[in-house]
Amino acid sequence: MSEVTITIDGQEVTVPAGTTVLQAARMAGIEIPTLCHDPELTSPGACRLCVVEIEGMRNLPASCVTTAGDGMVVNTISPDVMDARKTVIELLLANHPEDCLTCERTGQCRLQEYAYHYGVRGDVFHGDRTEFPIDDSNPFIVRDLNKCIRCGKCVRVCDEVQGRSIYSFAYRGFDSIPATAMDESLAESECVFCGSCVSVCPTGALTEKMMHGVGRSWELEKIKTTCPYCGVGCNFDLNVKDGKVVGVTSNAESEVNGRALCVKGRFGYNFIDHPDRLTKPLIKKDGEFQEATWEEAINLVAEKFTQIKQEHGGDALALFSSARCTNEENYLANKFCRAVLGTNNIDHCARL
Amino acid sequence: MDNLMVACCSKCNHSLSNPCKDYILCRTEGPICHDSKECKEKRETFIGKVDLAEDKPHRRVLICAGTGCISSGSKDVHSEMLAAVENAGIEDCEVTITGCHGFCEQGPIVIIEPEGIFYGGVSADDVEEIVEKQLKDGEIVERLLFTEPNSGEKDKYYRDIMFYKKQERTVLKNCGHINPEKIEEYIIAGGYRGLLRTLCDFKALEVIEQVKTSGLRGRGGAGFPTGLKWQFTAQAEGDQKYVVCNADEGDPGAFMDRSVLEGNPHAVIEGMLIAGYAVGASEGYVYVRAEYPLAIKRLQKAITQAEQFGILGDNILDSGFSFRLKIKAGAGAFVCGEETALLNSIEGERGMPRVRPPFPANKGLWQKPTLLNNVETYANVPIIMEKGGEWYASRGTEKSKGTKVFALTGKVNNTGLAEVPMGISMREIIFDIGGGINNGKKFKAVQIGGPSGGCLPEDKLDLPVDYDSLISAGAMMGSGGLVVMDETTCMVDLARFFLTFTQNESCGKCTPCREGTKRMLEILTRITEGEGQEGDIETLERMAKSVKNTSLCGLGQTAPNPILSTLRYFRDEYEAHIKKKWCPAGVCTALTTFKIDPEKCTGCRRCAKNCPVEAIKGEVKGIHEIDPEICTKCGTCMEKCKFEAVYKG
Repeated sequence: MSEVTITIDGQEVTVPAGTTVLQAARMAGIEIPTLCHDPELTSPGACRLCVVEIEGMRNLPASCVTTAGDGMVVNTISPDVMDARKTVIELLLANHPEDCLTCERTGQCRLQEYAYHYGVRGDVFHGDRTEFPIDDSNPFIVRDLNKCIRCGKCVRVCDEVQGRSIYSFAYRGFDSIPATAMDESLAESECVFCGSCVSVCPTGALTEKMMHGVGRSWELEKIKTTCPYCGVGCNFDLNVKDGKVVGVTSNAESEVNGRALCVKGRFGYNFIDHPDRLTKPLIKKDGEFQEATWEEAINLVAEKFTQIKQEHGGDALALFSSARCTNEENYLANKFCRAVLGTNNIDHCARL
Repeated sequence: MDNLMVACCSKCNHSLSNPCKDYILCRTEGPICHDSKECKEKRETFIGKVDLAEDKPHRRVLICAGTGCISSGSKDVHSEMLAAVENAGIEDCEVTITGCHGFCEQGPIVIIEPEGIFYGGVSADDVEEIVEKQLKDGEIVERLLFTEPNSGEKDKYYRDIMFYKKQERTVLKNCGHINPEKIEEYIIAGGYRGLLRTLCDFKALEVIEQVKTSGLRGRGGAGFPTGLKWQFTAQAEGDQKYVVCNADEGDPGAFMDRSVLEGNPHAVIEGMLIAGYAVGASEGYVYVRAEYPLAIKRLQKAITQAEQFGILGDNILDSGFSFRLKIKAGAGAFVCGEETALLNSIEGERGMPRVRPPFPANKGLWQKPTLLNNVETYANVPIIMEKGGEWYASRGTEKSKGTKVFALTGKVNNTGLAEVPMGISMREIIFDIGGGINNGKKFKAVQIGGPSGGCLPEDKLDLPVDYDSLISAGAMMGSGGLVVMDETTCMVDLARFFLTFTQNESCGKCTPCREGTKRMLEILTRITEGEGQEGDIETLERMAKSVKNTSLCGLGQTAPNPILSTLRYFRDEYEAHIKKKWCPAGVCTALTTFKIDPEKCTGCRRCAKNCPVEAIKGEVKGIHEIDPEICTKCGTCMEKCKFEAVYKG
């Protein structure tokens, strides 16, 4: 593949042809702020925060959608660029609730981070703000459009990655929002609550409902693990506070699934500490379940299996496995069934 | 032969399945494939009824059926005229409809040909008099003639009217003179000769060379060299290419594209056919805003007729070139006039602009190479191909060739569409064609280029009107809207008006346009409401610069222009609003006080009697005074005073 050499802030960078100016800058260790850009999604060039100055180009082009051309001279920190970025942040803050004190996204919010970095306070304009009721119609996602910056990542991730296309921009101009069909609540929509939109939202517009109030981002320890639900092997981060799992968030480094998860993986973790959860084996004695040790339980099962097999033959037994098991576990189940129990009566539930 | 387009005899075998290369020329100069006096006469008879000779008794009564004239009642005039001519038993007189004359304020317009007598403001009640006097006795109906606003003289003929005298009507030549619903009239007027020459004499690349030589630049606003655009599309790789016409004319006040589509639709079809041939496209779309139902109807009719006679379709005129055309009606979004938003809209997506590059020439409609020009641009193409690029380039200025249609409106005497050669001065357009400022007021500024354009003050009146001069003066050609303002226009209020428009029409995709236009509008509104603050001008300037520099598409990039140009030329008005809390033009009610001049007041009590809130006190024959605490600034007193004693202070 051919290469191009461009100069960014005086630094020469050689990149493969077709690389964007933003990518080239990041390859050279030069940070350019972005809100609507996401490497896994198409670039709409909408937030205009990543604008740069390029010699010979009219206006300030958005670096995320400008292809690096050989000999291009880029300035990412000129006074015009800095002014433009500050203006964009000012404008976004002008229609954003000053709610960082209680906002769930505090500490992980890109808008907050850039406002801090560029020293922009939200007090330049005192005009209209859009007002929307908060959509918490469902158990999983809280959608607060008052905090939405119209970056459109939720629209694109749902369309391009998840393939559900739940959101699309509706209304126009200042009133435009990413809306569901007929602008209904998420519960009324065709949403399957995979939460991909939550994982890409740069602000507090989309948050995990069950994580509200359980801890600040900096208090949470993130432990990468494999999802226990099915055999796909998705990875994610368990968010742990004081030894307790308080949430699940995507880990972009996950080899199998990237940031994508399903509703169970992302939101189905409350069984861990649920009071109804069985943590010890129970054996029915005199018509009632009574707590037992694992040894007692396994011995009892083995004894019964042996008895049935002896009296009625192996085909009197059947084994039903689970898609929640790994391949290795299911292989063992298969071996156990055919070689130990002596029957081919084995099946599994493909659904969780 | 009741239609010029059909076969004259059994020897003519042009059909859709067996197209004849001489078909177009044969209609007017034929028969070509055989020799027949009779067939020639058939043609001449037909043509003679349309292209009238002065020495023949044939008359044509042309009744404007453009949207403007229809709204002022020309349909009734037409039906009444048809009936009256028949009742009067006048032979050799055809009553027909035409497209727009561009002088809509004079509508309904009726032209009597071949003399070219111009009657304006004709109502159904006037028809009988026209028939009795004009058509029967050749006597002119004086009272329906146009009166020049300055000299007060009446013009008998179309050609004498000042509004038309300085115009060079090329694109609009046929508008108002042929029936747009009849393809044969377009052909009699010389239509489809450019296509003919293209298909017979030129290779695709040579067509592009002609367009490049002509110096034609996009008439939609930005003025990109048309030939270059064609070249890029022709060079782009793709198995399928498209030609798209932008007829989503959205600038307030501009209606030249509508007039062309309504009055001369075949010129657009011909231009698109030539473009399709040049860039290698076999399909085209015309994106017309749905608010133009008549334009859509006429264009559809024109397409159907062109298809019927083998001018659109497969193997056009036996050239091997095939082209089909479809209409897509827009849904009312101004931003769909932006080319990439327009393409999204055709595809059924939300009308939001795409990032450029890639430009439509490489990845346009359905990601295929697409040529996009506007109506007026395409309508210029036939004549370029007919007369040659060099001929076209001989008119206009060095960098802006040909003519441009302007929609002249505002505080001028004559409003309407004016097609003028590039390089003409603004003064000529406003004072010669437009007849100057009405009501004896003083010229203040002209807004050129619609909401994306800028305001030019009096000292720019002698600026030659071309793409580059306008840009350097802080305005732009845009689609050609010209709004003339007099001393009673407040420039801050004007900027507010245009910002209201662009803010409403922002699609919401990019931050600077979505949020920036909103905040700029809020500041402007505040200033006009008397709540301007120190620093507002600086904030406006900073915002305008950022929005211009960082917006995604042309809408946002040009939205601050009205602010920037009014700040450049009328900064003192902003300062008066903010610092002195005074609106010099007396438009912003919050900053206006009505006062009575004691020198002029006669104590007639007329103002006091008409004041709806009883804010005026004074005895009969005594001097009156307005109580500013009660006054609601409705202006009734000023309107009613016969002695001009009420003024705005």
